[in-house]
Amino acid sequence: MIIEALLAFTFAAALLVFAVPNKYAHKLAFGLSLVPIAGSLYMWSAFETGGNALTGGQIAFETVAPWLEIAGYQLQWYVGVDGISLPLVVLTTFLTALAIMSAWTPIQDRQSQFYGLMLLMEANLIGVFTALDFFVWFIFWEAVLVPMYFLIGVWGGPRRKYAAIKFFVYTNIASLVMFIAFMALVFSLPVETFGLPEITQSLAAGELTSFYGLPADTLALVVFAAMFVGFAVKVPVVPVHTWLPDAHVEAPTPASVMLAGVLLKMGTYALLRFNFTMLPEQASVFAIPIGIIAVVSVIYGAMLALAQTDLKRIVAYSSVSSMGYVILGLIAFTEFGMGGATFQMVAHGLISGLMFMAVGVIYNATHTRIVDDMSGLADRMPVAVWILVAGAFAYMGLPLMAGFAGEFFIFVGSFGSTALPYAPVFTALAMFGIVIVAGYLLLAMQKTLFGPFRLETDYELTRAPLHDIAPLVALLGAIILLGVAPSLFFDMILDATVPILELGGGL
Amino acid sequence: MSLLQIEPTNWIYAMWSLQPVVILAVTALLVLGIDSLSPDSRSNRLLAGTATAGTLVALGVTVWYLAAGTGAAGSGGPISLFSDAIVVDGMGLFFIAIFTSVAALVVVASVDYLEDDDNPAAFYSLLLFATTAMSLMAVSNSLATVFISLEMASLPSYALVAYLKTNRGSVEAGLKYFLIGAVSAAVFAFGISLVYAATGSLLLPEVAAAIGDVTDLAGILGVGILMVAGGFLFKTASVPFHFWAPEAYEGAPAPVSAFLSSASKAAGFAVAFRVFAVAFTPALDVAINWGLLFGILAVVTMILGNFAAATQTNVKRMLAYSSIGHAGYALIGLAAITAGASAANATVMGAAMAHLFVYGFMNTGAFLFIAMVEYWGVGRTFEDYAGLGRKAPMASIAMAVFMFSLAGLPVFGGFFSKYFLFLGAINAGFWWLAAVGAVTSALSLYYYSRVVKALWFEEPNGNLDALDSKPTGLYAAVIAAGVITILLLPGFGPVIETAEAAAAAIFA
Repeated sequence: MIIEALLAFTFAAALLVFAVPNKYAHKLAFGLSLVPIAGSLYMWSAFETGGNALTGGQIAFETVAPWLEIAGYQLQWYVGVDGISLPLVVLTTFLTALAIMSAWTPIQDRQSQFYGLMLLMEANLIGVFTALDFFVWFIFWEAVLVPMYFLIGVWGGPRRKYAAIKFFVYTNIASLVMFIAFMALVFSLPVETFGLPEITQSLAAGELTSFYGLPADTLALVVFAAMFVGFAVKVPVVPVHTWLPDAHVEAPTPASVMLAGVLLKMGTYALLRFNFTMLPEQASVFAIPIGIIAVVSVIYGAMLALAQTDLKRIVAYSSVSSMGYVILGLIAFTEFGMGGATFQMVAHGLISGLMFMAVGVIYNATHTRIVDDMSGLADRMPVAVWILVAGAFAYMGLPLMAGFAGEFFIFVGSFGSTALPYAPVFTALAMFGIVIVAGYLLLAMQKTLFGPFRLETDYELTRAPLHDIAPLVALLGAIILLGVAPSLFFDMILDATVPILELGGGL
Repeated sequence: MSLLQIEPTNWIYAMWSLQPVVILAVTALLVLGIDSLSPDSRSNRLLAGTATAGTLVALGVTVWYLAAGTGAAGSGGPISLFSDAIVVDGMGLFFIAIFTSVAALVVVASVDYLEDDDNPAAFYSLLLFATTAMSLMAVSNSLATVFISLEMASLPSYALVAYLKTNRGSVEAGLKYFLIGAVSAAVFAFGISLVYAATGSLLLPEVAAAIGDVTDLAGILGVGILMVAGGFLFKTASVPFHFWAPEAYEGAPAPVSAFLSSASKAAGFAVAFRVFAVAFTPALDVAINWGLLFGILAVVTMILGNFAAATQTNVKRMLAYSSIGHAGYALIGLAAITAGASAANATVMGAAMAHLFVYGFMNTGAFLFIAMVEYWGVGRTFEDYAGLGRKAPMASIAMAVFMFSLAGLPVFGGFFSKYFLFLGAINAGFWWLAAVGAVTSALSLYYYSRVVKALWFEEPNGNLDALDSKPTGLYAAVIAAGVITILLLPGFGPVIETAEAAAAAIFA
């Protein structure tokens, strides 16, 4: 019942915040957002590892209740977590609270609606990561888009309308493709519910039949490809990444934090849950194309970042690059590859959140994000700048920070992969991406943060206020904590990802 | 037992099972009575309160009957009254629930709309008489009662469209509606006479039984069925009899547009479903393929409605075309009927009924939001709607809910109703209908989101001080419709189950 309580509380909190006057909204929303953190940490502490939820492992905090029936299928309210979803739930609650806190300075208009939408999005995100029935999952999945659409469209920058609609249209078309593919899959299986565990186990038992004349093998390949495309837009990978820079640049800082920190993880989470857990054999058929997509995302995303002059665009494109590593880890189909990819989802969530927030803090003070417009900020706002530097090093994979652990696991796992042909080549190419990451981050920091002070806007530069710095410190703390002790999450992640390997036999 | 003992009991029984219709009729008379007995003390709120209470009681009784299984197979079967001319069953009650819900929302919203009106009693009683007639349409089991109740529903509707008698647009809309309505009524009546000529009966089950023996007259029957279909296409605002709808919905007072585009459309489908399912299904066996006719019209209606809606600059007109598009979706419920496949037929028709139920709330809510904007006097185009979300957030949130739900976004009730409908079509072997439906739905997100964009993303163009006044009735109706649209997602189970059971009883 803890999941239901968490969802109900967050929804109720969102409604409450909608109703209060603007001037109380920030403090109330932040206070309320601490409760889900407590809830998710309680879940983390009470969690006992027990395998993968979909492949027949133990499902923690499980609830099943009948919902409605259609054409012989029972739709259920079915929620629960395992070692893959629980870290992402913790990430969601933690990052939402910090994003809300960081909104104090940038959000000066219609606050109660802004914070209400943030909490509404949090509730839906928790739903995405805990749902185990396809329809429950799909409704939450789509319901995340609506608050984000408004957050970008109402509080965004100059081109917010274009960015919001591009984001909305892109992700909705992707959802439709994925939805139709998944329906075709389910209707070709002898299952009676849309429960994800049941569907996975039925597929693993080889019960897929032909569909409208399409043989089962071909059907599985088509479904895998369609679902991959659908989720790849969300991740995003090259070449379907073009909505991301627009959305990120126009979104207000707290929305960017959520977008990079959690919403992108929905894509990789769904890839792991649907494509790689349900159809592992098809994944190995597509291994080379997926490997190429991953490496191209890593390299091309990093190159794009190198070419940007806007700090926020740099961080946005570097997300495309980081998500490439996750795809590489997933397709490797090894213990460390898959575990590392899942760990990297959490690590990247924290690190990209930190980077967006730090860039936001600098923007609050300078009112510019263009690299050439500023220089030598380190003198004037030392704390914010040093945290930004620390975040950048985390991005580059400095040991003892979460990014190192994630990327190291991925590379270890993908190097020895047997599922991915030419794995060492792919891994080596992807590792080269780190060099470019280091290149553009160091270059941008050298230009903006160090050297003689110069600022080409009319604003007086002052030290960042405490309420801007506090969430940065908290995030940095979490990044170091996970870098020093990755086992806090990594053990439960491995426990849930190893059964997938047994399923695919691709070790 | 003597006749004397049976007769009065039957009368009471008849009135008892027709109670929702009777309550609506009595409320309409009561509203007229209050007005004529004390014309000096007539009060808009008293009249509206009476009308609301009447519709809500009728709704409550209907829901109670549905829950208790009145007319369902498990509890005695359909209740036939008046020599079988009326039949009370699950399908009729389901549609009456739609009409009374829409009527209640519209009456509550009209309180503010009619604030300065000289004669609100006329409005409320016309609305209630129309609702009464629609409820009769839903339980008609003979082509005679179908025709009479259809005309009974149309006459008050013409008057309602032209209700703003000093407004040119309103009067013109009323006249257009009336002229096209009169022509289609003539066509419809002629169709009925041809069907009668071929089969020798007006009662739907008897028509069905006689169709097998009409070998010589099959041509006449075919023309008759085509003309009867024409009458329904007018009532449901489907292609090719849709021309009146954009004019009438745009010119009419917005609450009337809400009523016509939701309840009146559903009423058209209520009779069309019953007539074609009960009387004309055997015609499919004698090569009168009306299923294909509706299939083609459904495709054309879906495409035309959605594409025309995308090009509008006036929000109300856009909604009018969107309501034509939704008639196309509901037509799938008829188009996917095939001979001898009762289970698949019942599934798809039940899904179409459930879609009309959800549509009743989301579309009524959307038009009532337009009514609210008209009340403020802001304007009618997308530009005029710019920035309303800033001044009227609650109503604008509700409008966003209606728009996303109409588009079938998987977050509100409109998702399940469309999904089940398309699934039903595929299940019946009509994947091309589902494909056109899915594609046009995806497309419709474009023009529905334009409203959301205008309300929330644009900055206000002009002075929005008028938005400081908060019309209570309109707000109550819009927010109630919004909450129900949201709740119909988790609570879709009872709706679809009731609809499927009702449709299954028709095809049994």
